[in-house]
Amino acid sequence: MVIFSRRRLGVALVATAALLGTAACGGADAADDGTVTLTVDVFGQFGYDELYKEYMASHPGVKIVERGTGSNLDEYSPKLTQWLAAGKGAGDVVAIEEGLLVEYKANPQNFVNLLDHGAADLKGNFLEWKWNQGLTADGKQLIGLGTDVGGIAICYRKDLFAKAGLPTERDEVSRLWPTWQDFIKVGEQFTAKNTGASFLDGATNTFNTILLQTAGNTTGYSYYDTSDNLVVDSNPAVRQAYDTTMDIIDSGLSGKYGSWSEEWVSAFKQSKFATIACPSWMTGVIEGNAGEGAKGKWDIAQVPGSGGNWGGSFLAVPKQTKHRAEAIELAKFLTSAKGQIGAFKAKGALPSSPQALDDPAIADSTDAYFSGAPVGKIFSAGAKSLKPVYMGPKNQAVRTEVENAVRTVELGQRSPGQGWTDAVTNAKKAAAK
Amino acid sequence: MAVHLDARPPAVPAPRRSHPDRGHRLARLDTRFSPYLYIAPFFLLFAVFGLYPLGYTLWVSLHDWDLLGASPTFVGAQNYRQLMSDPDFWNSVVNTLGIFALSTVPQMLLALWLANLLNRQLRGRTGWRMAVLVPNVTSTAAVAIVFGVLFSREFGMINWLLDLVGIDPVNWKANRLASWVAISAMVDWRWTGYNALIFLAAMQAIPRDLYESASIDGAGRARQFWSITVPLLKPTIVFAVIISTIGGLQLFTEPRLFHSGTNAIRGGPLRESQTMTMYMFENAFAPHYNFGYGSAVAWLLFALIAIVAAVNVLVLRRLGGGRREETR
Repeated sequence: MVIFSRRRLGVALVATAALLGTAACGGADAADDGTVTLTVDVFGQFGYDELYKEYMASHPGVKIVERGTGSNLDEYSPKLTQWLAAGKGAGDVVAIEEGLLVEYKANPQNFVNLLDHGAADLKGNFLEWKWNQGLTADGKQLIGLGTDVGGIAICYRKDLFAKAGLPTERDEVSRLWPTWQDFIKVGEQFTAKNTGASFLDGATNTFNTILLQTAGNTTGYSYYDTSDNLVVDSNPAVRQAYDTTMDIIDSGLSGKYGSWSEEWVSAFKQSKFATIACPSWMTGVIEGNAGEGAKGKWDIAQVPGSGGNWGGSFLAVPKQTKHRAEAIELAKFLTSAKGQIGAFKAKGALPSSPQALDDPAIADSTDAYFSGAPVGKIFSAGAKSLKPVYMGPKNQAVRTEVENAVRTVELGQRSPGQGWTDAVTNAKKAAAK
Repeated sequence: MAVHLDARPPAVPAPRRSHPDRGHRLARLDTRFSPYLYIAPFFLLFAVFGLYPLGYTLWVSLHDWDLLGASPTFVGAQNYRQLMSDPDFWNSVVNTLGIFALSTVPQMLLALWLANLLNRQLRGRTGWRMAVLVPNVTSTAAVAIVFGVLFSREFGMINWLLDLVGIDPVNWKANRLASWVAISAMVDWRWTGYNALIFLAAMQAIPRDLYESASIDGAGRARQFWSITVPLLKPTIVFAVIISTIGGLQLFTEPRLFHSGTNAIRGGPLRESQTMTMYMFENAFAPHYNFGYGSAVAWLLFALIAIVAAVNVLVLRRLGGGRREETR
């Protein structure tokens, strides 16, 4: 009896100890066999596959794994932030979108200062404003090296334009809309023909395009001024973009498809809209959503107004990486002129390197999916003369509120006046959070 | 440690013979402490994965804590004060309770009805009983995405069917009541069968002779159901309600994946179906990264669940008392 009890005690102790043991040993590192595995975290399509192969061939000790390919920025950014906050989990090289970069720049301690690792010599490889975006406010730390920029155009469906009796040839189409007001007029003509498709996909992406263009051409900032004061209600560029968007909604041009939603994706496939505001990276999105069936039906014209940049990313090296030197070298390679040309060829990411932009590989490139449009020429034309738009600390949260207000007007839930009041109130609230 | 203990038993007999009362003392220790050791694994796991996060969340909620920031500052109850006057927070509370009520009531009625059907003499009874559980084993994410497409404004099947009978299309994702209905439908689709099986098990415990004497007295099927089955099922119903309370108040995957595209975490342009857990996520992670504020939402959710659970317990006590009187 006693022995039995004692054994019972022993079993209980062992079980408890075993449990503690399991709880205590968490993430053990895989044994190192001499090769270094570098993880690259991306969202969407960066087009690096061929570049990885080339890099691995010239660096036999390095293996590269990419994570997050094709994922949505909305899914990617909270994950990356959690990894950074936890001090564990992030890749050795991580992609950061420009809208999020401002948040990360406010907490630069999470990233390796690339200036300490010979990046200063690379300054000439990037458009000046792109280089400066990667620097912290005091200019002492370089967080990320630029990958692409988002020169803006309008992508349109030739078949739907023909159906509505509009010209289909890209230069003629570009001449239809020197300004956004002309664009609206063309849209009204298109809508009057009842093709079964709407003129535009939706209002929010269009709004953001107009805002970034207007801000770039006037104030140089959007929701925040360069001293980081929230100016959503006093910056004329924001109000002007809002009013133009309201005109677009009023004229019934919008298909009301929420950007990046399932409906939006279906609308591409079912040819439910004729035009979409088209930053250079959007061409890859269109091709992915509309599919092979729509090849040759799309074309690219100039954007109304002039110029503008939306989006573009950076590659950074988190401080938590165990392979700092190797990661920095890989980031430098991927953001070099050569790397950027490779990415452009693969997925249409417009380079931020002036050398790459001048390279015939880009300047003379055409895109078969978009009826052989000279994408290199169209998108890079504005890229070099572009005036960047400054983004403040809570840019992403504020932008979300304002775009959402636009969306409520588009869906008829709010009047334009109420929508503006909501935008300002909610933006202030978001900025204060 | 484990090796040492395993090695001990062979050596034990000798000392036991020379020190009989030492073995006795060990036995007493054993009876006193072994039970605690047996249940210790649960409490250890609970401490690590339940208590510690709970306490840490409370600690975080008292700070102005930027998820990425280097040094959080202590702000006391400020996050809670701010939440109390945050209309978006109260909106999420109303949504959570609304979706909960809208999903639970039909779900319970439907489950009762299903269980009653399954309790009859049916051909292939086991097959039917298993079949009602099938929705429960499908992945929530898959269910949410499929329902999101079914309830799509323009390409959805539901609006197509409504159109066939001459009803204007509904924008399920940007209309408060409509989105509640759609999400409740999703929850019910998944959980009705599960609850029906629980009810069925309880129904089978009801003595047959009660029904026999009732039918001799001339009670029809409906009368038997409402006067015998439902009253005797009350404790089971309360149990099922409590389980769906816990699940319902923490509803996240269904409403989150029902919406797609940018800012899906808002649950619609005017936050039509943003639940408390979604509001928590929106604040603690993208786009606000305000960990302190998000943690405060988590604690208030905890408080709300505690309140609703307390109400449940009160109801359970009253029903339990009532039942005892009945059986007497």
